[in-house]
Amino acid sequence: MNSAATPPKPQRMTYREACKQAIRAAILADPRVFLMGEDVARYGGSYAVTKGLAEELGEEKIRDTPLSEAAYVGAGIGAAIAGMRPIVEIMTVNFSLLALDQIVNNAATIPHMSGGQLAVPLVIRMATGAGRQLAAQHSHSLEGWYAHIPGLKVLAPATIEDARYMLQPALEDPNPVLIFEHIMLYNREDELDPTITGVDIVSAKIRRPGHDVTLLTYGGMLFKTLDAAEALHQEGIEAEVIDLRVLRPLDMATVLGSVARTRRVVIVDEGWKSGSLSAELTARIVEGAFFELDAPIRRVCSREVPIPYAAHLEQAALPQVPAIVAAARELVKGR
Amino acid sequence: MTEKLHLDHAHLRDLLTAMLRIRRFEEKCFELYQSEKIRGYLHLYDGEEAVSVGVIRTLRPDDAIVATYREHGQALARGIGMNVLMAELYGKQEGCCRGRGGSMHIFDRTKRFYGGNAIVGGGLPLAVGVALGDKMQGRTSITACFFGEGAVDEGSFHESMNLASLWRLPVLFVCENNLYSMGMALERAEAEPDITRKAAGYRVTAEAVDGMDVVAVEVAAQRAVSAVRETSRPYLLECRTYRFRAHSMFDAQLYRTKQEIETWRKRDPIDRLRSWLEQSGLMHAEEINKIEAEIAAEIDAAVAFAEAGTWEPVEELERFVTMDRVPQ
Ligand SMILES: Cc1ncc(C[n+]2csc(CCOP(=O)(O)OP(=O)(O)O)c2C)c(N)n1
Repeated sequence: MNSAATPPKPQRMTYREACKQAIRAAILADPRVFLMGEDVARYGGSYAVTKGLAEELGEEKIRDTPLSEAAYVGAGIGAAIAGMRPIVEIMTVNFSLLALDQIVNNAATIPHMSGGQLAVPLVIRMATGAGRQLAAQHSHSLEGWYAHIPGLKVLAPATIEDARYMLQPALEDPNPVLIFEHIMLYNREDELDPTITGVDIVSAKIRRPGHDVTLLTYGGMLFKTLDAAEALHQEGIEAEVIDLRVLRPLDMATVLGSVARTRRVVIVDEGWKSGSLSAELTARIVEGAFFELDAPIRRVCSREVPIPYAAHLEQAALPQVPAIVAAARELVKGR
Repeated sequence: MTEKLHLDHAHLRDLLTAMLRIRRFEEKCFELYQSEKIRGYLHLYDGEEAVSVGVIRTLRPDDAIVATYREHGQALARGIGMNVLMAELYGKQEGCCRGRGGSMHIFDRTKRFYGGNAIVGGGLPLAVGVALGDKMQGRTSITACFFGEGAVDEGSFHESMNLASLWRLPVLFVCENNLYSMGMALERAEAEPDITRKAAGYRVTAEAVDGMDVVAVEVAAQRAVSAVRETSRPYLLECRTYRFRAHSMFDAQLYRTKQEIETWRKRDPIDRLRSWLEQSGLMHAEEINKIEAEIAAEIDAAVAFAEAGTWEPVEELERFVTMDRVPQ
């Protein structure tokens, strides 16, 4: 209809839809790629990411598994070694603990143990995070644990763009790549820029530039942090928001570059503080930029409690915008 | 071993009342979910009431129970008060777990009701351990462990059956086989869909029973409980049942047909008992209406109790993360 000169229009979609398009595109592009997990086919996915895909692509490619996390995650590792490019979906991070052995003792170690004879080109996707009153066995943010493990790569897409495009490079990577999708993001809508056709899985991104303080975050906390940055702007404080995107290996160059400019850091993470990703970031900033800092590093994290059911307690347990604003304000203005 | 039940009027009335209490309570829960008084995941037991009612009445107060996230039926059948249960679903501090657990995590130590577990298969090893602890302390109590047939897919089912048998532990494994784990049909998940046959590999006695017939369940449970208590060995009781409603509040039920649900509804355990009672003249509509009215009043009171309940102050958020002592 239109002339070729008309630029393609941005497409508005949900994060869920972006994940689905990524899976569909990957399976269509490479016969080695398939997806397996609990209720991904007939039920349509516990968070409806794969809804309709089994009808479209067939139940060989969108494969329902029994409730056997250890077995099908392990099978994903084996299939990857045998030449396939599996995408394994685990309903939520709490259930991935049933497959922790396979992920940590097999996927993460086989390349090294085999002296480089074998690679494990596997992608494992799972939901993470709290916010829907699902209580203490369905709400945790354990991605930081996985980021502790050498041999794994850990991604946390927060934007529609990353949800759409991180999967492809993850599949191309010769290593096991874990993708964490925060449950509160699935319904989020945004525009997908049609001029972008891919993203990397190595770098952190500055989502909002600023010079007074660096707000370091990822995943489900990105939008709360951006809201905090906007509130700080109203107070005359310009916060730089960094979306880590990749939790292992960390892109410290981008982080330290920002710290060198702002000299102040607040880390926002839905994980707990103790022995955590936020602790690791703190240590690396101190190691790499101690003399650049004008103020102590602050962390806004979940309270050290299993996530409770009651809404007011759950919300009180999670990092919230006012706490981020207060932490940043204190660093910049000394209160 | 007593195989006979005294199906006198009082007994039958109890069975019907117990099932109706669960059904009506959950119908109210469904409404309250729509009006957002209850949130999170809510798994209803609609259609499966005969299982918990039939099994739990054969247990003694010193026996223990371990259940799943679909445990309102077990909780009520065990005698956990409707008030504290409803308050828990509201997230109020008057709830049995102070609003911290919610629908999927009901606990009551005084009733030896050890959850409320939302990890499929997560309760089975726990049940083995409770039985171990009881046995090591010379108690004669047994542990009843409820789980869906989906849990049979998990390694924990097999490991627990083996351990319980190997160590001769008094565990009654009660499989509530409602044919689907979320959208996964049993025959699509299990190479051997006859669950009782799994037990042979662990030298565990197993029996399947019509889980839509409360009397049949009770008879089978009585037999199983006596066997477990007398032999101190595990026993697997598979109750063949069906869930009439969606898996949870977020389920479009794409995996089964309306006709299938309707066919099963004809075997509704409550309708079945009620019509049998009426036809045989053991109970008249009047009496049943009276039971219904009493239950309705109890539910109204539970809702009022939950509504009047209070929110735990957020300052107390970090309580119970670690304990100062072991509660006695
Ligand atoms: C380890 C684990 N995997 C997956 C889930 C998600 N999930 C919750 S309930 C359920 C179905 C379980 O079915 P079944 O055991 O038959 O019990 P039912 O729900 O039918 O009572 C699934 C897959 C979970 N809670 N835990």
